[in-house]
Amino acid sequence: MSRAGSAAPTVPLWRRPRVRSLLWQVLLCLAVAALAWFAIVNVTENLARAKIASGFGFWNVTAGFDISQTLIAYSAQASTYGRAFWVGLLNTLLVAGLGIVLATALGFTVGIARLSQNYLVAKLAGWFVELIRNIPLLLQLLFWYNAVLKALPDIRGSIAVPGGGFLNNRGLFLPDPQVTAGGPVLAALLGGLAAAVAFGLVRERLGALGRGAPRVVVTLLLIVTPPLVAALVAGSTVSFTVPEMGRFNIRGGLEVLPEFVALLLGLSIYTAAFIAEAVRAGLMAVPKGQTEAAHALGLRRGATLRLVIVPQAMRVIVPPLTNQYLNLTKNSSLAVAIGYPDLVQIFTGTVLNNTGQAIEVVVITMAVYLTISLATSALMNGYNAWITPTER
Amino acid sequence: MKRVFVAILAACAALTTGAPASAATLDTVKARGSLNCGTNGQLPGFAMPDAQGVWTGFDVELCRAVAAAIFNDPSKVKFVALTAKDRFTALQAGDVDVLIRNTTWTLSRDTQLGLNATSTYYYDGQGFIVRKSLKLNSALELNDAAVCVQQGTTTELNLSDYFRANKMRLKSVTFATLDEALKAYDTGRCDAYTTDASQLYSVRLKLARPDEHVVLPEIISKEPFAAFVRHGDDQWFDIVRWVVFAMLNAEEFGITKANIDEQAKSDNPEIKRLLGTEGNFGEALGLTKDWVVRIVKLVGNYGEVFERTIGQNTPLKISRGQNALWTKGGLHYAPPVR
Ligand SMILES: N[C@@H](CCC(=O)N[C@@H](CS)C(=O)NCC(=O)O)C(=O)O
Repeated sequence: MSRAGSAAPTVPLWRRPRVRSLLWQVLLCLAVAALAWFAIVNVTENLARAKIASGFGFWNVTAGFDISQTLIAYSAQASTYGRAFWVGLLNTLLVAGLGIVLATALGFTVGIARLSQNYLVAKLAGWFVELIRNIPLLLQLLFWYNAVLKALPDIRGSIAVPGGGFLNNRGLFLPDPQVTAGGPVLAALLGGLAAAVAFGLVRERLGALGRGAPRVVVTLLLIVTPPLVAALVAGSTVSFTVPEMGRFNIRGGLEVLPEFVALLLGLSIYTAAFIAEAVRAGLMAVPKGQTEAAHALGLRRGATLRLVIVPQAMRVIVPPLTNQYLNLTKNSSLAVAIGYPDLVQIFTGTVLNNTGQAIEVVVITMAVYLTISLATSALMNGYNAWITPTER
Repeated sequence: MKRVFVAILAACAALTTGAPASAATLDTVKARGSLNCGTNGQLPGFAMPDAQGVWTGFDVELCRAVAAAIFNDPSKVKFVALTAKDRFTALQAGDVDVLIRNTTWTLSRDTQLGLNATSTYYYDGQGFIVRKSLKLNSALELNDAAVCVQQGTTTELNLSDYFRANKMRLKSVTFATLDEALKAYDTGRCDAYTTDASQLYSVRLKLARPDEHVVLPEIISKEPFAAFVRHGDDQWFDIVRWVVFAMLNAEEFGITKANIDEQAKSDNPEIKRLLGTEGNFGEALGLTKDWVVRIVKLVGNYGEVFERTIGQNTPLKISRGQNALWTKGGLHYAPPVR
């Protein structure tokens, strides 16, 4: 700016490109803000004129409906619509989080298998991808749901799970561990996990030097020791609430719903097919010379893949992988078809219908999905940046 | 850049001028030449297209009655199938002119949605269907049961209330549409399925083995079905409401599809006012003098429509019960035409 100013002092301020572009930016921002403001005012006025309730007062109103899976305390009579929102959001995050892990594992396996030299393995992987990618996800979800329900016995024919659990078409019921003084233990566990991740990253960076430390042992120790120590210090005890057979259903214990299992399976398998393609593309993008060089150095096939090919392929794989993670999260909103209480089912379904406040509810829901998506993208971009400098 | 700015300004202008005060619904309907009626699309007896694609059912006939009163032609209706969840939004947005879709009249729906319920056209209540093999005699034995239910309904809320009030534990599984909820019940995911009693019978026919299921005796709620219109158009509100009253009054005076021409010659002043041979009541509504003649001739009186769609000679076999006229021990009591 100053250099431009001294070089051409005669140019009037409003003619300078920087100033002009700044001015336009400001004007544009103002215009957008004004537009948003007019839209809000207009909508509010129109709603009032049509006698449709508006505002966020509904957030603290008692919900009055039940939800089949709640990760936090919730009851129809005591909880609010706001609480129902959090229940739905957590259910969405649970299925999306686990789905991402499963889809990644399966996707990488299939993607690598597609390039296998074993004809049968490669063909099977190829068929899997073609079949799964070409059937609409909704149909797959309905298929899994009915497959899960039909495959399992009814309550009277429950399968006993060793350790005091039951499996039937109402779900999987397991003994629920109850830890007294669980706070410090949980904190220690999280700390341990963070330490394990840090260890992994540092070990990677140290290269040959870090390879001295045995990876698996150290990681396990880092995860297991802190919570054990914390439990001993805080004097926690663990007891289990065991599920019991009731007249209709099983009470108590930890409950895994068939809706959840079907949704998780459907989302993971569907997304895995796309991830497999991304992985295959990534692997094929690594020049053949790399494999040949690795072989020349005496590396076996497995080691070549693990140490030479995959690290280089990751840069190509991560961007489409991010897309698939976002897709999986958004696709989880198909939950409503098979009765899984995710955010969309609870919030834009029941809450919207009972309050009639479509605009507020939809705006909140969109903001939530946007936030989840941006956070996922940010994390994945960070990861990509982390692995990119290894390039030579 | 400049073009963007102009576009934004134009958009602002468009937004701020606001929607014109909505035209009278009757005029819009007349100009369009047909009535857009929001109904169910999956409910035998109330509203569903048959194998030939012809819409049939109680709610459907009410839509046709409104069209008959306006156009003298019951076929001038476009039926729009709506799910429980989307029905109110469709009416608010103007996609339909009237909502006649087994919809319960409640205070919040009357006040918070920018809609108004016109009158009760069917008295219903919520019930349960269970497998016979469970050997249940009462809904009060459902403690701990898993119940499949459709979301966005009063049903979903009543279910929670009922279990809470009777200190029973509930495991509800909620679905967006009737067919999904019912399929889950049929595959054994739930011990019971709950919905309005009128629907339990038609819903039962959709199950794989209808004979293996029974409806429990308890009715756990009041479900007065009403037609809904948008708030703020009093004329349209009056028309929809009085079409139903006219059909009830016609039944009360024994005016039927078959005898309407004789009845039009009647000396009974009440019948004369109803059929428009005396006074000018139809025109006061914005319709014609012979509006009731049109309805009864083309569609029928309330009882005729009831028997034709859900009565004893239909698969649903619903008896009049509370839906009989007040003169016959029921609850239907239409205000007089005068
Ligand atoms: N009367 C209740 C329930 C109405 C309702 O939507 N019932 C369901 C359950 S039978 C239904 O008709 N579903 C048909 C569909 O969504 O297609 C209400 O107004 O909320």
